[in-house]
Amino acid sequence: MSVGTPAVPSGLSHRLRLNLKAVVGRAYPRVIGANREPSWVFFEAVLPLLGIAAYVFIYQALANRVLLDPALTEAQRAATIAGTNALIGGVVLGGTMTAFWLNVLWSMASQLYWEKEIGNLQLYMMAPMSRMALLGGMAVGGMFMTSVRAMTTLVVGVVVFSVILQVTNPFLVLAVFFVTLIALYGMGMALASLYLLWGREAWHLSALLEEPIYFASGFNFPAGGFARMGGWGRAVLTFATFIPATVGLDAMRQMIFPGAFSLPIDAFGVKFTPEIELGILLVLAVVFLLLARYALAYLETLARREGRLTSRHQ
Amino acid sequence: MTFAIEAKDLVRVFKPPRKLIKRKRSSTGENEWKEGPVTALDHVSIQIAEGELFGLLGPNGAGKTTLIKILCTLLLPTTGQAWVAGHEVTRDVFPIREKINMVSGGETSGYGLLTTRENVWMFSQFYGVPSKVAKERIDELLHTFGLWEKRDAKVRTLSSGQRQKMNMIRGFVTDPEILFLDEPTLGLDVNASRVTRDYVMQWVRKRTGKTVLLTTHYMMEADEMCDRIAVIDHGKILACDSPENLKRRIRKDTTFRLEVDALKSTSIFGGIVGIKNFSAKNDIGKNTTNLTFILEDEAAVADILSTIQGQGSKVHYLQKSEPTLEDVFISMVGRGLE
Repeated sequence: MSVGTPAVPSGLSHRLRLNLKAVVGRAYPRVIGANREPSWVFFEAVLPLLGIAAYVFIYQALANRVLLDPALTEAQRAATIAGTNALIGGVVLGGTMTAFWLNVLWSMASQLYWEKEIGNLQLYMMAPMSRMALLGGMAVGGMFMTSVRAMTTLVVGVVVFSVILQVTNPFLVLAVFFVTLIALYGMGMALASLYLLWGREAWHLSALLEEPIYFASGFNFPAGGFARMGGWGRAVLTFATFIPATVGLDAMRQMIFPGAFSLPIDAFGVKFTPEIELGILLVLAVVFLLLARYALAYLETLARREGRLTSRHQ
Repeated sequence: MTFAIEAKDLVRVFKPPRKLIKRKRSSTGENEWKEGPVTALDHVSIQIAEGELFGLLGPNGAGKTTLIKILCTLLLPTTGQAWVAGHEVTRDVFPIREKINMVSGGETSGYGLLTTRENVWMFSQFYGVPSKVAKERIDELLHTFGLWEKRDAKVRTLSSGQRQKMNMIRGFVTDPEILFLDEPTLGLDVNASRVTRDYVMQWVRKRTGKTVLLTTHYMMEADEMCDRIAVIDHGKILACDSPENLKRRIRKDTTFRLEVDALKSTSIFGGIVGIKNFSAKNDIGKNTTNLTFILEDEAAVADILSTIQGQGSKVHYLQKSEPTLEDVFISMVGRGLE
């Protein structure tokens, strides 16, 4: 071979460069590879609209019943229309975030297990990159890939269902959106190691988490409604507060649809404003990323000790 | 002298998974094992010099892959120590990982949606190879391994042989100091195996500071390629020397090869005086048994022939031959590799 390599350098800048390259390398298959299968447009952008449509029709039907009342004043009529727009917009927003949640569950949390099965994990573990760079690459690739899909759902949803957006603070909306993604993917990174430990049961866990989280996180209705339901509602809400999607969605709803039916989360005696929710999301992001780092380090130690976790068919 | 690889008294014991431990209180109050612990490596010590092409020969389950995994920092030894490129394998994992790579036969790594080029490039990025350098190397290696025409083919469309060539390219693209090759020619056709062998030999011989640890099932391959070979069985190194010296060890013995009508049992040869070791392989297609005997005393041939005839079997041919590496292996392990 004519192209040689200089002696292996060391130091912080070298490790930083190596890990950045690793992130780009691992993100690449998700960014490029996924778009080589155009069928995703139908399965992941068109089909989710059907689920969104079902909720939209219910909200529209309920609103129409109210609007038929001749005793309704103009102000009440306007409030009903604004509230319905907020609910429908919330469902479209929830549908958009669903794409990310599914990606976190099926392409982040269960990914290490999948990598083990196809024989990649051993090669990843043998490479000099940081393990967080590996997961980071998966997350960056997943976010990019899913953002394209989520944006398609959002744009089509807004156009088809005539949703009126009233963004009050675009910078805060963007900040909440990105921190929600970081916290969500951090959660996926932390789950990835656990899924690998649990092996085949990982698939069941993903299936088990999918629907309950849709419900608890309020992908299709304002999660704040749980707080008004007494005991069990508050229990569900408390659990859901630890899922970044719940808090992120609630903050975005409040800022994009400041209508009467937005029902912001009111937990622990505090009304969660977008600013408070951004703070919670930041804490969740840090906690999940730290958890991911330590879970992965523990997993690698266990794999080296037992010799079973990273090898295929073991 | 500094060694590229050094192992001292390596022991690796695999305990069975917890579910296989029978929680039965025996009279002594101890747990009983449904499946006992397995000693994969039993006090293994080797030293491989920089620039050496070192072979590891052993049957399935001999401990070859376990040894490679420990040296690649994927597994911890139970006891003992090992150094790769001067770094201790249990502590200094990152400096080791920057200097090594591994290719296993029959690997299915990578992503089917990516092209051959993209897959190899992706793995090169995990080692921090500058993208431009990686792409130049990939193109050069694609030509060398005869995979240039498949450079833009998606990996899922490659045959198993083409995939294995891609794996070899993945191993060389990071230009490691030490390369671990675990059955690298598995699944390759004759020509591709030839190209792979030649490239590996050239890579070690013509470039300074490159070391290869190779495991193979093909005796001819080990004989042709390796500077030294260690024979390993049941986790123990039985011998470690150059192929020539290994063959010289049994030169005082005589090797006989026979093809006979299929034998029902070969254990009958165990009692014949003068046989050092033997192997038997049935050829189902021809309905024959191929026998290789390593004899300490040539007079044993008469007893062997009468035993065969006693079973009602006919001898198709009998040949006295120069010892090969396979004969060395049979002499030490008591069976062939296949």
